[in-house]
Amino acid sequence: MAGISLGISAWGLVTGVAMIKSGLSVPLALAMSLLVFAGSSQLASLPLIAAGAPLWVLWATAFCVNLRFVIFSAHWRLYFGHLPFWQRIRLSYFAADLNYVVFLRRFPDMKPAPEQLPYYWGGVALNWSAWQVPSIAGIFLANQVPTEWGLGFAGILALLGLSYSLLSDKGTWISAGVASCAAVAAYALPLRLNIVVAIAAAVAVGLLLEHFVPPPPKKTEARS
Amino acid sequence: MSAWETLLGIVGMGLITALTRGFFLFPKRELPLPDWARQGLRYAPLAALAAVVVPEIVMTQGHLISTWKDARLFAVAVSTAYFFWRRGILGTIVSGTAVMLALRLGLGW
Repeated sequence: MAGISLGISAWGLVTGVAMIKSGLSVPLALAMSLLVFAGSSQLASLPLIAAGAPLWVLWATAFCVNLRFVIFSAHWRLYFGHLPFWQRIRLSYFAADLNYVVFLRRFPDMKPAPEQLPYYWGGVALNWSAWQVPSIAGIFLANQVPTEWGLGFAGILALLGLSYSLLSDKGTWISAGVASCAAVAAYALPLRLNIVVAIAAAVAVGLLLEHFVPPPPKKTEARS
Repeated sequence: MSAWETLLGIVGMGLITALTRGFFLFPKRELPLPDWARQGLRYAPLAALAAVVVPEIVMTQGHLISTWKDARLFAVAVSTAYFFWRRGILGTIVSGTAVMLALRLGLGW
């Protein structure tokens, strides 16, 4: 986990710098780091906040970027579903991607066990500090770096890498292509509604592909 | 956006973090997830990311960029090459940022 923490720390540093370079004040950037605690949704929100998008577009975007956690939570339920309500809420708020991956590797059986809670909180504490310390350092360092260097763009590169890692099959490539083209083509829409248009178009195309495109035909020898 | 409105936006995003991370842990009974929702969930996160990222790369002030002398294009090309070569996010960020800084500070692009 130490190796992956290094990646988390770099990502946190970049996010801290990007928040300041997109124009957030230091107190707002600190609030975002400590409250939101989700790198991809923080980075995705920055261009929207800078452009003055309405809050519902900001929140809809954050929700969509975070949808992977909804899937993870169905798995967390198998381990922690029997715990009291508030404990479930407390646990789940800190459950970042890395914790999910490491926990499921350590406990592949998908049933509760007593050693899981200490393991979980240990991983969460490590991940939380590996993220927050560099992020806050980035917030304060960014004030020392001239804006013309364009360091805020490192945040976009981080999101780009994350997007690439989500490309798996033809359906995801096509729907990502549709989202990209739609976001650029509809850029002139007010209120950054191009993002909403792009998500709707990409999900629609993805669902259409799954339902109406037959799977590739099996190779047959009978081709004379 | 005023500072207070931004703060409201940030608090809302914090609640969205809690809502999405705990989604299926909140209800007492198990919730079934319909198939179309499960399939839609595969595409929405990537779509949201692409919709934010791509205009930040190919547009300036609301227009497609018209010059190839833009440090962002080369940074993205190098990042992309690195990602598909090594699959590491850290190197993707570092290599692209290095190219970006070299072109910005060295050539003034």
